[in-house]
Amino acid sequence: MKCTEFLQLLDDELDQKMAAEVRAAIESHTLKCEHCEVVFNTTLKTIAIYRSNEVYELPPDLRERLHAAIMAKCKSCK
Amino acid sequence: MATIEQKGIETEPHPDVALVERVRAGEVEAYDTLVRKYERQIFRIANHITQNREDAEDVMQDAFLKAYQKLDQFQGNSKFYTWLVRIAVNESLMRLRKRRTAKTVSIDEDVETEEGSVPRDLADWAPNPEQNFDQAQLKEILGKTIQGLPRGFRVVFVLRDVEGLSTQETADALDLSVPAVKSRLLRARLQLRERLSKYFKKAGVPLPVEDEVEG
Repeated sequence: MKCTEFLQLLDDELDQKMAAEVRAAIESHTLKCEHCEVVFNTTLKTIAIYRSNEVYELPPDLRERLHAAIMAKCKSCK
Repeated sequence: MATIEQKGIETEPHPDVALVERVRAGEVEAYDTLVRKYERQIFRIANHITQNREDAEDVMQDAFLKAYQKLDQFQGNSKFYTWLVRIAVNESLMRLRKRRTAKTVSIDEDVETEEGSVPRDLADWAPNPEQNFDQAQLKEILGKTIQGLPRGFRVVFVLRDVEGLSTQETADALDLSVPAVKSRLLRARLQLRERLSKYFKKAGVPLPVEDEVEG
């Protein structure tokens, strides 16, 4: 497997959707290629960091205000 | 190795189905539960698309109101959440169009189609690199970094990786093909990774640039 082929398979590998033999080929490639190993690990980390740190939080007071506004509009449109 | 997507075989109807039925039967209070369940996600998605907090507030309200008014059109062959996200995405794009009069705004804007190349010049990251920053700094870095992506990449990454929609659900919500979602997701993930490296890389010398490795 070449690095370009590894990159094409990266998404499926990150999503754990690979057939066993393809996964074995990927793992064999990353053992030999430090670049691809770093790309894989840091991409996985990128996803994890964005998942665990919300960029746009909805503060509780704003949430309550918007929630009340939504429900008032829904009730009045019936 | 962590799993990004876990798919199970659904044997029971999604709990939202019963809530939707109750709303359709005239029980407005059941809609309160649905709004509370998804309002934060819809606010985040709208913020990522519009990049404007006031617009996101308006989109959130308009999307829930529109979903309520159109609930009879909800077919039930997709999840309520996916259907709601689709409405919110469209409302967000409409909001952007209003801001930029006479200019078309779509999810495809700024998306280039050429394939990405293998990153060659890179450095490994420090272990738990996010711990080198306080929460406010980290949030600023993450916000600035994702805002730099083209909208068409950003929204795919947000729906798929942050909000946890499947590839098919993301394709449905954005009216894109599954291959288009996969291609954009890969580009988005790699671009974010590369941009974050500036902050998270290990101190020291980056890995040497090498020719393509085979094996």
